[in-house]
Amino acid sequence: MATPPRTMVSPSSRRGDAKLAWLMITPAVAGFLVFFAYPAVKGVYYSFTSFHILTPPKWVGLANWREMFGDSVFWHSLLVTAYFVGLSVVAGVLISLVTAVVLHRLTGSTVIRGLILLPFLISGVVSALVWQWMLDPQLGIVSRLLEKITGSHTLFLGDSHWAIPTLAAISVWKSMGYNAILIFAGLQTIPASVYEAGRLDGAGEAQMFRRLTVPLLRPILAMVVVLTVIGSFQVFDIVQVTTRGGPANASNVLQMYIYEKGFGELDFGYAATMSLALFVLLSAITFTQMRLARAGETDLA
Amino acid sequence: MTVLAPERPRTAPDSALGRACRVRFSPGRAAAWLYIGVILLVTLFPFWWILRTALSDNVAMPTDPGSLLPVHFTWGAFERALGIAGRAQAEAQGGSGAAINTPLFLRNSLIYAAVQTTLVVFCSAMAAYAFARLRWAGRNLVFNILLGALMVPAILTLLPNFIFIRDIHQLNGFGGLILPGAFFSAFNIFFLRQFMLGLSTEVEEAATVDGAGRLRIFFTITLPMTAAPIATLSLLTFINTWNDYLWPLLVTSSDHAKPLTLALGVFKQSSPQAAPDWAGLMAATVIAALPMLALFMVFGRRIVNSIGFTGIK
Repeated sequence: MATPPRTMVSPSSRRGDAKLAWLMITPAVAGFLVFFAYPAVKGVYYSFTSFHILTPPKWVGLANWREMFGDSVFWHSLLVTAYFVGLSVVAGVLISLVTAVVLHRLTGSTVIRGLILLPFLISGVVSALVWQWMLDPQLGIVSRLLEKITGSHTLFLGDSHWAIPTLAAISVWKSMGYNAILIFAGLQTIPASVYEAGRLDGAGEAQMFRRLTVPLLRPILAMVVVLTVIGSFQVFDIVQVTTRGGPANASNVLQMYIYEKGFGELDFGYAATMSLALFVLLSAITFTQMRLARAGETDLA
Repeated sequence: MTVLAPERPRTAPDSALGRACRVRFSPGRAAAWLYIGVILLVTLFPFWWILRTALSDNVAMPTDPGSLLPVHFTWGAFERALGIAGRAQAEAQGGSGAAINTPLFLRNSLIYAAVQTTLVVFCSAMAAYAFARLRWAGRNLVFNILLGALMVPAILTLLPNFIFIRDIHQLNGFGGLILPGAFFSAFNIFFLRQFMLGLSTEVEEAATVDGAGRLRIFFTITLPMTAAPIATLSLLTFINTWNDYLWPLLVTSSDHAKPLTLALGVFKQSSPQAAPDWAGLMAATVIAALPMLALFMVFGRRIVNSIGFTGIK
């Protein structure tokens, strides 16, 4: 990808290049240092301090980390988050994949692809609000419809068993179109000859999907999975707007808990510790996934 | 100048298999269309429901909650959301007296999204040019360090950034809202650098021969030639900023600079649990989502293609 630009200037003006280059990247580098690198380092430092916003941070060594490992709410919220991530990834990737493949077979219509992208363009807050309204126990159109079909009354966001699946469904609704378009673009790179060969060998549609499409899509699928995992682990707005972690911690996802500790209880040191733990966890997961999926390679080559 | 993801020729199975199938009806194709129909229904129905609720009378709504059309059609909810309904009128229609100040929040959202987008896209374009076209020692090293930022989740930097913004007394203002995201975006730099690397260097070389400086080449040649991806990127950045929630939640507790997306969430939480003004809330939601949908109407194809492009790269 990175084809270096051909040398087209004399050595004397190349030194001018360096000066100009640093001038041009100064805003970006300054933004990176001040609002990215520096706070990241400070975040690490805060995790070793007792810091309640109004008084300066005080060094406490590993106290926060010890507290975290013994904090049952933290482990519970990690579990709740993992449950949410699992549901979002499995349902989200599966539905996006099927949608992309079906669309690719049926139509190249940009309009339909555009329409399924709509939920991605509106904010998580708006998505959460409209679903909360449609799932309202008394007046919600969806909960009334489901009650008619199943005969039982479900509280969805107000029910400790249903809160996380409901939130995952909202999240899938919002991101499905985006993922489907990513996968669709991947499908367009698979040459038709591959399928023609498969057909000649007598493979059926289902077999071609399993044996040809999925393996050839692996890099894109790996990327969609990684993006979904990273995004889902950081779910916040739809939870904060609808359940605020309730009922009874049932949907207290990690970022919600961090927010509550930091800005509800003003325990910044502990909040920073959990943020750092989340970062370590995400890095480990991403690394493992990229390894497992061998994302850099495609079987097409 | 087709630097944007090109419309790929549809050589994929469509032509080979699809055409043969298209001739006659097959149960498989019917099922597939049915599936797409269901997906579209689930995707689009909530949008209709927002509109239907916003055009309903909040007091009358419980009488016919299952109606697919607005219940007692009225513009009242929009009047409440835009603050042009009097207090008495608002309360009579089931709104709360403390209405959401939509015009102010809308203004804030526009300032926040427009300023942040302009700044960060311009800074990213400059940096991308330096990484794609200029030759200097340490270029790849600096680029890789900046790219590493993509791996770091926002929450890690949010809390320390909040403290920093507080310490420089920028809480509750546009400064604190905009500054952290105004200069640097790893994704933007990466995205634009990819396009600039793909541009032919011929025009630039010709300009160099004519004695144009590198900075002038950037402004008069490279920027215009990357106008399409820059427009796409601006669009995506604008949408993301408009929809941003967590950072505004941390730094704008007063209404002065609070964006609409945040105000909606807060408004919902502070309204009475028993009988929220759903019609008013949905009307405000329409107003919050409308600019995004309008942008989408105009630039939809470009957005769809650019998402595909990021995937392929």
